[in-house]
Amino acid sequence: MPRVALGGHAATLADDCILRNEWVCPAYVVSRRDDLAAALGEHVYITVVALALGTLVAFGLALVARRWRRLQGVVLGTSTALYTIPSLALFSLLLPILGSLGAAGLSATTVIIGLVLYSLTILVRGILTGLDAVPADVREAAVGMGYSPRRLLWRVELPLALPTVFASLRVAAVSTVALTTVGVLVQHGGLGNLIDRGQSSNFKPEVLTASVLCVVLAVVADLLILGAERLLVPWRRSVA
Amino acid sequence: METFVDGIAWLFDSANWQGPNGVAVRLVEHVWLTVASVLIACALAIPVGLWLGHIGKGGALAINVSNVGRAVPVFAVLSILILTPLRFSVWSTIIALVLFAIPPVLTNTYVGMREVDRDVVDVARGMGMDGGQLLRVVELPLALPLLTNGVRLAAVQVVATATIAALVGGGGLGRIITSGFGRRDLPQIVAGAILVGVLALLVEGLMELVQRRFDPLRRARRAESRAGSDAVAAVTGS
Repeated sequence: MPRVALGGHAATLADDCILRNEWVCPAYVVSRRDDLAAALGEHVYITVVALALGTLVAFGLALVARRWRRLQGVVLGTSTALYTIPSLALFSLLLPILGSLGAAGLSATTVIIGLVLYSLTILVRGILTGLDAVPADVREAAVGMGYSPRRLLWRVELPLALPTVFASLRVAAVSTVALTTVGVLVQHGGLGNLIDRGQSSNFKPEVLTASVLCVVLAVVADLLILGAERLLVPWRRSVA
Repeated sequence: METFVDGIAWLFDSANWQGPNGVAVRLVEHVWLTVASVLIACALAIPVGLWLGHIGKGGALAINVSNVGRAVPVFAVLSILILTPLRFSVWSTIIALVLFAIPPVLTNTYVGMREVDRDVVDVARGMGMDGGQLLRVVELPLALPLLTNGVRLAAVQVVATATIAALVGGGGLGRIITSGFGRRDLPQIVAGAILVGVLALLVEGLMELVQRRFDPLRRARRAESRAGSDAVAAVTGS
């Protein structure tokens, strides 16, 4: 019987849930692992670069806002306004600046710059709140011990601000991972590309697998930063 | 830079405002999707938040729902809904919008209720108020500033989410951007982005006004600070 011959084919059996277009389909994960790995790789790359740049720029802005108090309102106001602008519009508005619809515009750089701008709102606020919460006594004691302003910042204020900074970094990381998917607008959305392809070809396992991977990635990023905090802020462990 | 000028010129071309895919239709679509979704989300989340806050339970749920909302991509939820029997109906969009509007409303309502001074609650109970009166007369007014803050966050979130609906063929202003990409028309893309950005900032500003109006303690606080500065002036003799 031909049916038995067909059924004996391991690949046909394994591909069944793909053919039936089921949401949960391990065979999809196995057969398209290269696609998934590539999309995941791009997703991680975009997220990590955006967060690293965002943290650097946010530190710079926070220090500027602290040095010149008058700029604080401007810095906070601008970053909040940027955060209000929907991602679809922000990515689009970056296109003319980065060079039209050519290769430069439709690149991962567009997505990364957009994500950096979003992370700034969360990070600048977090860093400023953390630095401002350092008790005045502690600061005075350090100054009395002869700490220079720079040493005061690096040795006293920043370490004490770290818990707040890390809290904002976790929020920024989780939302950056999720927002990266919108990068599909310029064809660089990491896992968002797979979600888009699956959705437009009515391929359920692709949409669900990529979506779940996105959430898993957000959780992993959150846990990694939590771990880094535990390492860098050891005195908190004994308190908690 | 000239692309921005072209984009603004696109906005001032009345031909782009007319027709079934014109700006006017998309704008109305965007606004009604936003209003409907925020109202539905409030109707679902405010009672739950008030109740959980009133009985003082379910805090982990009320707080964590916001963290989950942040971790789940809007685009993924929209794509999944499109592949359910709902297909491309307007309900796919509305359900996604409501799902992402619930967390800020629920969390802020709950936190607002829990941050009501416990002494005040005890005094109210001592005066013989029952649970319903306590909620209506004491807790709700005191929780209102944070509650309206949650609604503001939800509204801004929904305006943004509604644009992403365009990526999966939904309505709203995002369509002007995506159809611009389809036609490789950069001025149209920029024009759509400006529209969406301006709408989001307008909603943010409008909701801030609403939030200020709905703060019952604002007048009291202002009177108090005036009285305070009068007292200072009296003491210092200035």
